[in-house]
This record gives sequence, structure tokens and C-alpha cells, in this order.
Amino acid sequence: AFFWLVSLLLSSLIWFIAVKASDPRDEPLQKGLLIFGVMFSVLLQEAFRFLYYKLLRKAIEGLVALSEDGCSPISIQQMAYVAGVGFGLMSGAFSMINLLADALGPGTVGIHGDSQLYFLTSAFMTMVLIFLHTFWGILFFHGCEHRRWWEIVAVVVMHLAVSGSTFCNPLYVGSLVPSYLLMAAAAAWAYLLSGGSAQNLRHFLLCKS
Amino acid sequence: MTELSAHLPQFQHGQLTENFPDNHLSNTNDNSERRRHDNSERRRNDNPESETNGQPQNNMQQVVEQDEEEDEELTLKYGAKHVIMLFVPVTLCMVVVVATIKSVSFYTRKDGQLIYTPFTEETETVGQRALNSILNAAIMISVIIVMTILLVVLYKYRCYKVIHGWLIISSLLLLFFFSFIYLGEVFKTYNVAMDYITVALMIWNFGVVGMICIHWKGPLRLQQAYLIMISALMALVFIKYLPEWTAWLILAVISVYDLVAVLCPKGPLRMLVETAQERNETLFPALIYSSTMIWLVNMAEEDPEAQRKASKNSTYDKQAPANQTQNEDAEADDGGFSREWQQQRDNRIGPIESTPESRAAVQALPSNSQTSEDPEERGVKLGLGDFIFYSVLVGKASATASGDWNTTLACFVAILIGLCLTLLLLAIFKKALPALPISITFGLVFYFATDNLVQPFMDQLAFHQFYI
Repeated sequence: AFFWLVSLLLSSLIWFIAVKASDPRDEPLQKGLLIFGVMFSVLLQEAFRFLYYKLLRKAIEGLVALSEDGCSPISIQQMAYVAGVGFGLMSGAFSMINLLADALGPGTVGIHGDSQLYFLTSAFMTMVLIFLHTFWGILFFHGCEHRRWWEIVAVVVMHLAVSGSTFCNPLYVGSLVPSYLLMAAAAAWAYLLSGGSAQNLRHFLLCKS
Repeated sequence: MTELSAHLPQFQHGQLTENFPDNHLSNTNDNSERRRHDNSERRRNDNPESETNGQPQNNMQQVVEQDEEEDEELTLKYGAKHVIMLFVPVTLCMVVVVATIKSVSFYTRKDGQLIYTPFTEETETVGQRALNSILNAAIMISVIIVMTILLVVLYKYRCYKVIHGWLIISSLLLLFFFSFIYLGEVFKTYNVAMDYITVALMIWNFGVVGMICIHWKGPLRLQQAYLIMISALMALVFIKYLPEWTAWLILAVISVYDLVAVLCPKGPLRMLVETAQERNETLFPALIYSSTMIWLVNMAEEDPEAQRKASKNSTYDKQAPANQTQNEDAEADDGGFSREWQQQRDNRIGPIESTPESRAAVQALPSNSQTSEDPEERGVKLGLGDFIFYSVLVGKASATASGDWNTTLACFVAILIGLCLTLLLLAIFKKALPALPISITFGLVFYFATDNLVQPFMDQLAFHQFYI
């Protein structure tokens, strides 16, 4: 969560500088700058995920060295999951919390002609992002562990795609549907990478031991 | 112990500023006291027993080395547990403060300032405002330093009665007066009708139970809850009565002061600690938040030490039986002793008992078991002043930030990460450390950065419903 926060900080710093250096009245330029800010932020987030991976790697080495039986009490997969959840929660919290606070107050959604589904779609989008961050954490760390660079690239590309799809808002079908599809794909992939299989799933669902 | 600056609770001194010195003092005092205690115990015991301890010394050495390794390993292993043990109270305190700030408008209304910050911030020019806030902060800090030195002097000249009276008056003020005001404001906010008799009964019960719990004996959870509540009350008072720029400046300067006072050899806190250790005494009660209960030391053989520990930790101890078995000792040996202190003791002098009679017996014991169980269950102590200043930072962030919840959340995460880092440093350095600097620095950086940089960015993103 902290790492995500730092990446957000740096990316907003860049965006802020860009905005201050540009003309505030030029609408398309501002929007363009915002888009640039979003892309840059996505890249920074992934970079920080990588940095966090490096830090956790060192921590695991330390734990292994200190443990009695040669293996660390927490595995890298657990750390990947936790890292993903941390990223996701932080990003979700930052996206939603002001919205929620405003939702408590008086007002009418979309009274000025904007979409009336603003809160709903924001909620769904945030949820999908949180899940995605969790899965991306697992995929990313797995890719780093086993040196499969294409996995890492896939995560980055997926993130860019999801963020990019939100540029279609308020045409929500353009952003929510692809995001959910990507989430399902990432979920399946992460599940398989973590050692799950169709058989496991069947056993779980049918409550077989 | 990670002398996460044991700050004396403000209430201890009845005056707001007085608390500061206490806070620092308690931190360092506590830490150094504990450590000194060990050393002095050892010294005292060593001298008369030099001949008889010739043989046991060797055993001690080997035991010490083994213990050191085990201690280190266990330290890191259970470091995470201790971090969590501190996260919860710090989080609770912050949550209480933020919840109050958000709902009760009394604490964000400007109703004047403390006499310690006489210069107003409602000036015409920015320069004047800056100057005023610097002066305010300077006055506040000098008051703190003066109080600290006063406390050191009082302690040096053994005016214990004065100090205890001071502490008791502070806690009285905090538990009764401030909570009465708080209750009144909460009722006003929610428009709850209440009569004086009920309020008197509630406040009376709350206050008396609090005094007993904090200064004497009580259930650990209750004591922890009370300490959190009074820290939150204190933080709320600060948030209300300190003007903006002054508050931020004070936070920054206090963390520098904390760093200096705890680590410099000539710092007042350090001197206080040294004096306390020379005298083999405990620090003042009720100024430190402890995460585990103090149990008296395990074995019957260690009775004299147990009694010493008991007297030191009488405030936290609810279950005073001195004859706990070693198993039970593993439960919560620490109460009054921080892990750091125990380890230091063990590392330096081995797990020896301080009484001559028990020495041989103790050294014949498998001291490993004692030390290996101790680190597991040793708690971590954090000074109440740390709680207060963390909460002041987060509370101010939630009260006055334009980014509102984003800023609050960012400051919260920053403070917790700072706390983690401090505890990590504690595990590495194994000596008393100030808990304020790292967390407050992170908190301040994140506050200003989030408020000015992230907020507009997130605002624009939310407006267009872009997601990053």
C-alpha cells in the first residue's frame, strides 16, 4: 500500500508540473495531459510493484537465513498475494473514499446531464481494479520469480489496457465489460499459476475432500 | 524497548505543555531505566559475589552467546508480531480522533489559543503569519525543554512526591475535565438530551476506574483502552487549540527534539534515563503504553527479582503472583520490560538473577529456556506522547486538508510505515529509539504532497472517471 502511494505521489507530481507548465484554459490539452498522467502513473505503479518485489525478495532471503529449518515462514506466493491486495486496496480506497464521503451528503446524481449511474459504475470499476491488482500481483511476482518476462509485460499491458478503457467513460460498456473480461482471464491465469486446476476447483465446489 | 519515546501523557502534568517533557522523559527514562536497571543490578550483584561467581561466569558467557543468537532470530521472527501489537492501538487512537473531528464540530472551531501560543495567525501578510507561527513553535518547544529539565532536576534530587503529585493531577485533569467536555460536545452534536446527574455518574465512574487502571492495577485491555482514550483526548485538545502553521511547525520541531533528546549523550532525556538507571529505579507509571501484561518473573527462585520487577511494574500488573511457572511466564513476562531491555540484559550480562542467593541456582538453570521464551512474549512499549502526536498529525490532516479522506488515509499509511521502520531499527540497534522522527517526517511529507499534488490529480480523474 505504501509503495502504491509513493508511486501515486510521484505520478501526480509529474502531472502537476505538466499542468502548471501548460495553459489551464485549453480543455483538450488538459484532457490530453490527464491521459498522459494516467499512462505515466500506470507505468510508475508497475515500476513500484517491481521495486517492492525486489524488497520482498531481500526480506525472504533474510528470513530464510534466520529461520531454523531453512525455509521462510511466509512464501513468495503469499507475499505476492498480499502485495497485490495492498496495491488494490490502496488504489480502491483512493478512488472511492471521497466519493463515498460525498455520497453521504445531499445531492442528486447526474443532475447536470452526467450519467446517473456514476456511483454504481464507480463502485464496479473500483471493485474490478482491486481484484485485478491482486491478480496482477500474483502474476507479476511469478513472472519475476521464474524470469518469464512476457508475464510481466502482459501484466503491464493489461493494466494499460484497463486504464485506457476507462477513457471511454461515460460510455460504460466500453470500460466495464473489457475490464471484467480481463479480470476473469487474469483470475484464471493466477489461479493456475498458484497451483490450482480444474480438478481442484471441482473438488472444492462439490465439497469433496 | 523501542523507546518509542515514552511520552508522558499530557494529562500527567495537568498542563498541556508539561506533558511534552514528560513524554520525552518517560520514553528515555523508561528505556534507560530498564537498561540501567539491569546493568546496575548486575553491578551490584557482581561486586560482592566476585569470588563465588568465578565459576558461573564461564557458563554465563556461553549461555550469553547462545542467547544472543537465539535472541536475534527470535527478535526478527516475532518482530512482526510486535509491530502488529502496536499497529492496533495506534490505529484505534487515530480512528477515534478522526471520527471525532469529522463529526463533532467543536474541535475544528477556532475558540482561541493556548497561552503557550500567544501569537495569532490571523495576520494580514504571509510573512507576518510565518513569523508568528515560528515564534509560537519556539515558545512551545522552549516550554517543553524547560519542563523536561525541571523533571530531570526533580528526579535527580529525589523529589519523587512532587513528580507523582504532578502525574496524578495531570491524569485527574485529563480523565475528568477533558472527558467531561468531550462528552458534552458529543451530546451536543447528536442532540442527545442528558441530565447532569447521569453525566456526573458517568464521568465519575469513568474517571475513577481510569485512575485506578492507569496508576495502580487493572486488566491489561482496560488499561490499554484508557491510555488510548486519554491520548485521543489530548490530541483533540491540541488539534483544537493549535493554529495551523504552528501545529505543523511544532510537529516538525518536536520530532527533531525527540531525536536529539533521546540519542545525544547530553540530552535531558538521556540524562534522566542514566540517573534512573544508576538508582535502579523504574520510570513513572502510566506514561507508557505496553502491549503485554506484566507478569512477575517466573520462578520461585527469582523471587527477589520478581519483587523488584513487581515494584517496577506495579501499575500494569494485575496478576501479581510471584510464583508463576515458566510456562506462564512465557505468556507475558514483559509488562514492564521491553524486549529490547531484556535482550540487552541477556546479551550483556546473561540471564542472571540479581540476588546472590539465586545466582548459582539460576546459572545452573537452563537459561536458554528463559530467554527463548521471553522474546516471544515480550511486548513492545510505546510512549503515550507518540500516540498523541501521531493522532494530532492525522487529525489535523482530516480537519484541514482539501483532499480530505485521501490525505487522511495517506498520512495514516505513512505513519504506520514509519512505525514499522522504527521498530525494525529497534530490532537492529536494540536500544532506546525515538519513535517520532521517522513517522512524523513521513506523515508530514505525505500530508503536504497529497494535499497539494495528489488531490488535484485525483479530483480530475474522478471527474472524468478515469482510473489509474
